[in-house]
Amino acid sequence: MNQIKIDPITRLEGHGKIDIFLNDDGEVENSYFQIPELRGFEQFCVGRPVEELPRITTRICGVCPEAHHMASAKACDAVFHADPPPTAKKLRQLLYNVFFAGDHTTHFYALGGPDFIVGPTAPAAERNILGVIKKVGLEVGGKVIEMRKRSQEVLKVLGGKQTHQVTSLPGGVSKGITPDEAQQIEQHCLWFVEFGKFTIQAFHDIVLKNKEYVDLILSDAFSHKTYYMGLVDDDNRVNFYDGKVRVVDPDGKELVKYSPNEYLDNVAEHTESWTYLKFPFLKKVGWKGLVDGKDSGVYRATPLSRLNAADGMPTPLAQAEYDEMFKTLGGKPVHATLATHWARVIELLSAAEMALALVRDPEITGTQIRTIPTQTPTEGVGIVEAPRGTLTHHYVTDERGIVRKVNLIVGTTNNYAPISMSINKAARGLIKKGTPVTEGVLNMIEMAFRAYDPCFGCATHALPGVTPLIVRIRDRNGEILEEIIR
Amino acid sequence: MAFEPKIIGFLCNWCSYTGADLAGVSRIKSAPNVRVIRTMCSGRVDPAFILKAFQLGADGVIVMGCHLGDCHYQEGNYKTIRRIPFLKRLIQGFGIDPRRLRLEWVSASEGDRFAHVVNEMTEQIRNLGPLTLAVHGEMQQHVAHH
Amino acid sequence: MAKPKLALYWAASCGGCEIAVLDIHEKILDVAGAFDIVFWPVALDFKYADVRAMQDKSVDLCLFNGSIRNSENAEIAHLLRAKAKTLVAFGSCALEGGIPGLANMTTKDDIWKWVYKDSPSTVSNNGGTFPQTHSTMSEGAIEIPEMWETVKSLDQIIDVDYYVPGCPPQPDQIWGVIEYILSGKPLPPKGTVLGAGEKTCCDECPRERAEKKLKKFYRPFEIETDPNKCLLDQGIVCMGPATRDGCGALCTKANVPCRGCYGPPPNVIDQGAKMVSALSSIIDAHEPEEIESILDQIVDPLGTFYRFSLAHSILRRVEKL
Repeated sequence: MNQIKIDPITRLEGHGKIDIFLNDDGEVENSYFQIPELRGFEQFCVGRPVEELPRITTRICGVCPEAHHMASAKACDAVFHADPPPTAKKLRQLLYNVFFAGDHTTHFYALGGPDFIVGPTAPAAERNILGVIKKVGLEVGGKVIEMRKRSQEVLKVLGGKQTHQVTSLPGGVSKGITPDEAQQIEQHCLWFVEFGKFTIQAFHDIVLKNKEYVDLILSDAFSHKTYYMGLVDDDNRVNFYDGKVRVVDPDGKELVKYSPNEYLDNVAEHTESWTYLKFPFLKKVGWKGLVDGKDSGVYRATPLSRLNAADGMPTPLAQAEYDEMFKTLGGKPVHATLATHWARVIELLSAAEMALALVRDPEITGTQIRTIPTQTPTEGVGIVEAPRGTLTHHYVTDERGIVRKVNLIVGTTNNYAPISMSINKAARGLIKKGTPVTEGVLNMIEMAFRAYDPCFGCATHALPGVTPLIVRIRDRNGEILEEIIR
Repeated sequence: MAFEPKIIGFLCNWCSYTGADLAGVSRIKSAPNVRVIRTMCSGRVDPAFILKAFQLGADGVIVMGCHLGDCHYQEGNYKTIRRIPFLKRLIQGFGIDPRRLRLEWVSASEGDRFAHVVNEMTEQIRNLGPLTLAVHGEMQQHVAHH
Repeated sequence: MAKPKLALYWAASCGGCEIAVLDIHEKILDVAGAFDIVFWPVALDFKYADVRAMQDKSVDLCLFNGSIRNSENAEIAHLLRAKAKTLVAFGSCALEGGIPGLANMTTKDDIWKWVYKDSPSTVSNNGGTFPQTHSTMSEGAIEIPEMWETVKSLDQIIDVDYYVPGCPPQPDQIWGVIEYILSGKPLPPKGTVLGAGEKTCCDECPRERAEKKLKKFYRPFEIETDPNKCLLDQGIVCMGPATRDGCGALCTKANVPCRGCYGPPPNVIDQGAKMVSALSSIIDAHEPEEIESILDQIVDPLGTFYRFSLAHSILRRVEKL
């Protein structure tokens, strides 16, 4: 059987590789998306003082350390049965929403976005931020850099460090903000909202006004009917920081709404021997393999999933765009994987609006920022929405608060099954008998992956020229049949 | 061949080293397994020296200093009396039996005490057996150095 | 004239070092203008085959972050060493193993047993489905790298030219290093630590320091601390005395103790040994019982003192028992 290898996958989550097997007719027999590494956080956190975990688990990911920091902080609060004072919670949420807006920016403009904004059939050399700039104007590059700069500045004030925040403790945060700092942050947040509006408009102008792209979004090759998961507040509106986990079925009906402590009743992880990563699935439905549908426990946890699972957005401007998206795409739930990019920019705007509201809250400059724990630590679960999916941290400690057990279900992990399926489906849809396997075809296969947003965003980076990829197709004897260089 | 423990002994110049000399001059028999390194004070013994000794193949390490109150530098051995118990906890965390690290006060006039301590420790390490550490294997391949 | 070639790579890493490079913000355009970036998996579509096809020593500068956790990390490290003129160990993981190095406190077996069998959300059949390096599927053969028993730093497997510490290295320091390289001035002696200071974190910390005589230690969540006084003075274990400066003392400024991410200071080869020494000097007790009860209050010394540097410490790993 002919074998196409993509190694490593790029403009994505750290390490991964794809193997596509073609039968003698030149059609896709199957594909495997393998994750080649494991670092072992769950095990090496055992024996650590639990209050150190918000600073250790950030190193799971240096692009979304904020997500791990917050999930960990909330798990620590739960372990110590210590409820942070309102100001502390609001400071954490302010940090979190600013982070969310910044993170979605990097993905949209520099990573997954270029495929979309510039177009899947565009030359490889243009499928990057430079191509984006050419398409939407020189201003954009500067704006994106400014967005990252401003959001990182705010994160440094609130989190201590831009990357790998340090300020959350069980029961609160280690530092508050002064009225001056609040004012500066407010100015930034006003800018973020404008930038969010600008991004939405850019999405409309470049993507939605282009019929070819809309057709692509709605095409079957990039569609899966799965369950959808996301955190919602008491009004079933999207909330990135807190709430209950709501799961809806492929028809949009609520399957379950569970609180963090109930996650083990709902999610389990399937293992395969050909990869280091596990496949989460819904226990109530069961593992049926890498397949779509109501009978398969495969679910997706992405910006699109969050919008599918919720009844609306928590902020007005984002809500308007939420309505617009579902109207345009034919109602809820939307199954089109590439629509995730749209959902992402809606969340970007929502996060900016939320941050602005939080920094204007009079309690944000309060001085009560710590609840000193008094109860014996035991066990706790903290769940937040990471930009790329629902993130669960579960800790068990001894009576001194030294960690005994850790279980983590991480954002991108939720989507391992659907990503594998998306790659397979895209490969089948695009590689047909008689069709030469061009680099454009390979890139479209990678597009199926990128919509999920890798755990790694690469921001405002001017990406020069050549992006070569060499693909060699070999026959059964290892002889090279064809070599494609892009 | 029977196992002969390799023990590194850090002896302070003013008390313990002189006490060791006294043992020698007095012809008091003691096991030859302790390789002596003289430091001016037991407080000079950096924990890194001790870890390095284990890394390089020592089966045991003993630190000897002046009795409390007798330190030539007043307070050096007060630091030692905290450092060694602390370091024992650290090496235990690494999986090294803490009995392989020992602290003893031996004065300049305690030649017999020196010999007694050396003999006792040598026996104890003989019973514990040779110390093999993962890092020993690594050191063979070690290209870059600290 | 051709631009000098730049490569960036991540081994067992979190991506934070890449983000730190991007946090030089608009200056990244200067970098892209000055260099031809020939390999950077996070941002560009070059594959391993492209690197293999390069001439030896054709890459002028390679910034390598991440620790060596598996066979692929090592393979690419050797590959990039061959292709690069100057190879820089970038960030705490490459320098001293970093947070992934904490896995040297456990074993590969124990990690696998938890992840693939015993964790409460894992569904395992027949006592666990463990990853195989080679798998023969009905369609053909596929493979994944082998996970090593012990995490290593970069210079434990290849020759390294320079070191840039930090988790991550701070952006202003990164720019300082790049700016120096672009200036064309002669490079410092091989093995130099760049982008950091020559003292300890205490030197950058603005807090007031008093004479230290400690009879009690607290964990950071147990008390509210005075933001102006040294944390160690207040009984909070802080790695400042055993950590190289260069980060700007960001953590202590945020009211939490330093945890040592800039690695050991000059002439210190083991952060744990240094902290044992430093804390022993300031503990105010000399009765063995009192000493032991004070030491009981310092929880998890191994995991705290070697938080970032276990793989590069003198003993490197905990023994398998």
